[in-house]
Amino acid sequence: MQKILIVDDEPNILLTLEYTFKKAGYEVFIARDGNEALEILQNHVPSLVILDIMMPKVDGFEVLEYIKREANLVQTKVLFLSAKNKEQDIQKGLEAGADAYLTKPFSIKKLTEQVEMLLQ
Amino acid sequence: MIIPAWMLILRKIIRISRVNKISSIADFISLRYGNHRFLGALVTVVCVLGILPYIALQLKAISETFHLVSATNPSKIILNDTTTYVAIALALFASYYGTRYVDASEKRKGIITAVAVESFLKLLFFLLVGVYVTYFVFDGFSDITSQASKLPDFAVKNQFGSLEAGINWFLLCILSMFAIFLLPRQFHSAIVENNREQHLKTAIWLFPLYLLLFNLFVYPIAWGGKVLFADANVDADFYSLLIPQQMGQTTLTVLVFLGGFSAAISMIVVSSISLATMLGNNLLIPYGFLGKFTSTNSEVNTNKIVKIRKFSIFSLIVLAYLVYRYFVLDYSLVSIGLIAFVVIAQLGPAFFGALYWKRGSHRGAIYGILVGFAICFYTLLLPYAMGIYGAEVQNPMGIVWLHPMQLFGLDYLQPIPHALFWSMLGNVFTYGIVSVSFKGDYRERNYAEMFVDIDKHITHHENAYVWKGTAYKSDIEKVLLRFLGEERTKRALKLFHLKYQVPENAEMADARFIKFAENLLTGPIGTASAKILISSVVKEEQISLKEVLHILEESKENILLNKKLRETSEELQQLSEQLKKANAELLEKDAQKDEFLNTVTHELRTPITAIRATSEILKEDEEVPDFLRKQFLENIISESDRLNRLIDKILDLEKWQTKKQQLHLTENDWQKTLQKAWEPLQQLMEKNHITWEMQLPEVLKVQLYDEERMIQVINNLISNAIKFASPDKGLIRLMVTQNDYATTIQLYNNGLPIPEADINQIFDKFYQSSNQNFKKPIGSGLGLAISKKIVEEHQGTLHAENLTVGVQFTAIIPF
Repeated sequence: MQKILIVDDEPNILLTLEYTFKKAGYEVFIARDGNEALEILQNHVPSLVILDIMMPKVDGFEVLEYIKREANLVQTKVLFLSAKNKEQDIQKGLEAGADAYLTKPFSIKKLTEQVEMLLQ
Repeated sequence: MIIPAWMLILRKIIRISRVNKISSIADFISLRYGNHRFLGALVTVVCVLGILPYIALQLKAISETFHLVSATNPSKIILNDTTTYVAIALALFASYYGTRYVDASEKRKGIITAVAVESFLKLLFFLLVGVYVTYFVFDGFSDITSQASKLPDFAVKNQFGSLEAGINWFLLCILSMFAIFLLPRQFHSAIVENNREQHLKTAIWLFPLYLLLFNLFVYPIAWGGKVLFADANVDADFYSLLIPQQMGQTTLTVLVFLGGFSAAISMIVVSSISLATMLGNNLLIPYGFLGKFTSTNSEVNTNKIVKIRKFSIFSLIVLAYLVYRYFVLDYSLVSIGLIAFVVIAQLGPAFFGALYWKRGSHRGAIYGILVGFAICFYTLLLPYAMGIYGAEVQNPMGIVWLHPMQLFGLDYLQPIPHALFWSMLGNVFTYGIVSVSFKGDYRERNYAEMFVDIDKHITHHENAYVWKGTAYKSDIEKVLLRFLGEERTKRALKLFHLKYQVPENAEMADARFIKFAENLLTGPIGTASAKILISSVVKEEQISLKEVLHILEESKENILLNKKLRETSEELQQLSEQLKKANAELLEKDAQKDEFLNTVTHELRTPITAIRATSEILKEDEEVPDFLRKQFLENIISESDRLNRLIDKILDLEKWQTKKQQLHLTENDWQKTLQKAWEPLQQLMEKNHITWEMQLPEVLKVQLYDEERMIQVINNLISNAIKFASPDKGLIRLMVTQNDYATTIQLYNNGLPIPEADINQIFDKFYQSSNQNFKKPIGSGLGLAISKKIVEEHQGTLHAENLTVGVQFTAIIPF
């Protein structure tokens, strides 16, 4: 069973994502901010991290950098899910090393398709 | 008082004369009135009539003093009289010496030096006599006064006596003032020979001093003479000579004689030279000899001019001598001088009008001079002439008010002030009325502008000359060559091309060139002839007066326009600096606004994202368990509410900003208000492990405020504190105090300090700090801005400060 880590500071969004991917058959971990995400990543190696960018304390880019640095997380894919929807924001996210970038508000259907594609 | 005014007028005349190469008063007046040939001739005739007796007077002075000193009597036969030979010698000397320069506007330093030396000697000798008479013949001023007071007519002569005498004296003063400007000799030495305007500054104190020194000993000499020669019938003019002679002081007598002699000679020479220039340039050449200058060789032509001038000088002095022999033999020096002054004064109105009145016309000037001269002739010259032949002056045809010396019954003025008064009256009136009633021609209007506003045109005066027509430069050059010679013509043209940046090979001449050429010719042959010569080789088109006025007006407007443009450009520069500043502020505001919009859109998008995702699941997935379905639906509702709150806030701030929001003031209890403000946030604080402290006095006075708004302020401040309080052991403290004037609410949190650079901006509506713990659920960047607005609407203040540890916000609400 593949593991997915979902990081977002919006509890209601978190809830929809958690439900969706659990139902799709993944093992789902959730984190309400960057700090929580880093804690989880120390104990688990998820195949995919769905990552919000604008979060207090530790933001999405910092979490991404951590993932890129850790040798055991080489296989872990990262998908940015952010309200920052400008062309240069997307560019910046992909250049930082994210595998995909989706903007909020998002379609659940498109998101699951994207996730499946990344995990094939 | 007269002297400073005199200096100002003189400076203007000098400037006008210099730019136009004017060499005499006849040139000056005729040029101003449109370079009018007849006017110039008329002025010349008046001058000759006025000055001839004056030169005669000097001859008389020479002759009489000579006979006095040598104790001989003048011979009745002309050929035996020494004065005859003196006159002829003088005439030869002056005609040779005064015509060394052809160009009449050239300066003759030699003559001026001679005049200066002569004036100095005159003063020195006169002072010598004065000192001699006062301190050697008598015992100082008081001795003369006491001795003279015994004379029968002392009291009468030493005061004005009456109003009539005062008016007489005043008119004589005016007469002398005119003479200073108008006597051709004065005009010549003060204006034509003026080298530099700075010399006027010296003259302003030197000239009055000279006159003062001269007058210092007039009184003692005059009264001393009266005392000494009380019985003998002796002419008072000669006291300064007779007193030393009487006392046997031969050396002093000779010195005084030499002083007077040299003075007389200098007057004769300078007067006759300036008069001859006028005679040649304004009468003889334009009316007769102009056609004779046909030679293409400039030397031949200048020789002719010199001959004409030599002849003029010579004949003037000889003529003056004849006048002396036959007319002025019996009159005193002073009275003849004054008659000459009155005649010359007739040029006054036209002359001063030329300087200050643009409407003055050549017709007005001519008729004014003619009328003035006619009156002068009737009231002064005629009676004097009759006096010479011993005829009694009577009432013509028995009509009393036509009596020449008491015209219209004006009987209290002495003959000279009387004549001056009536002739000036007639002259000024005629000049004024004729000038106003007839349309002037365009040329004189053009010159009027150039004369009256000389300071405006002084540097490029050729520009002010209005002229239209066709002229070939080569034709004009040929004329110049005839009078200036090849070398001077070439040099002058080069200067012209340099000054106006005109290409040298231009075929046609423009207005500036015409004026320039006329100026060049004015020196040798006078303004009138110069105009005639130039216009004979060019084809001028008539310009209407209207057109000239229009052109002049345009150039005036240009000057105004330039001034305005300069002012406007300065204003623009200031404006552009202000704009730059405003722009910088705007750019900063714009950056803040962009950031705000980013934040706001993010904030708006977050609830929408939640709503959208949740509803998608509910739509697509029918297997959602009931409890979760219910949760999802609740979430949709709360996110919608959140969205709504956010929109409300944005609109709220907008209302405060545009003054649409108003306060609803009611009496309220702080205790209750504070309670309502913090209670909704209690949960959030607990969740973030923040300690809440509240310090209130036991009794709080009620206060008039808008409770709902005040709750909003305190709520905002607490929310803000929650965001920034230390994340580990967060502490928020609310403290309220009251005095007679205000309620002070302080809210402390133990978080990180506000960056010093930001402390003034945190209340700006687009500001959001970068170091907040988290932004949800509020964090729109609007809370503090709205709070400050509300407090200020209550006449209060809201500010923030960093303490040693933590940050404190203070709101002061006055009663």
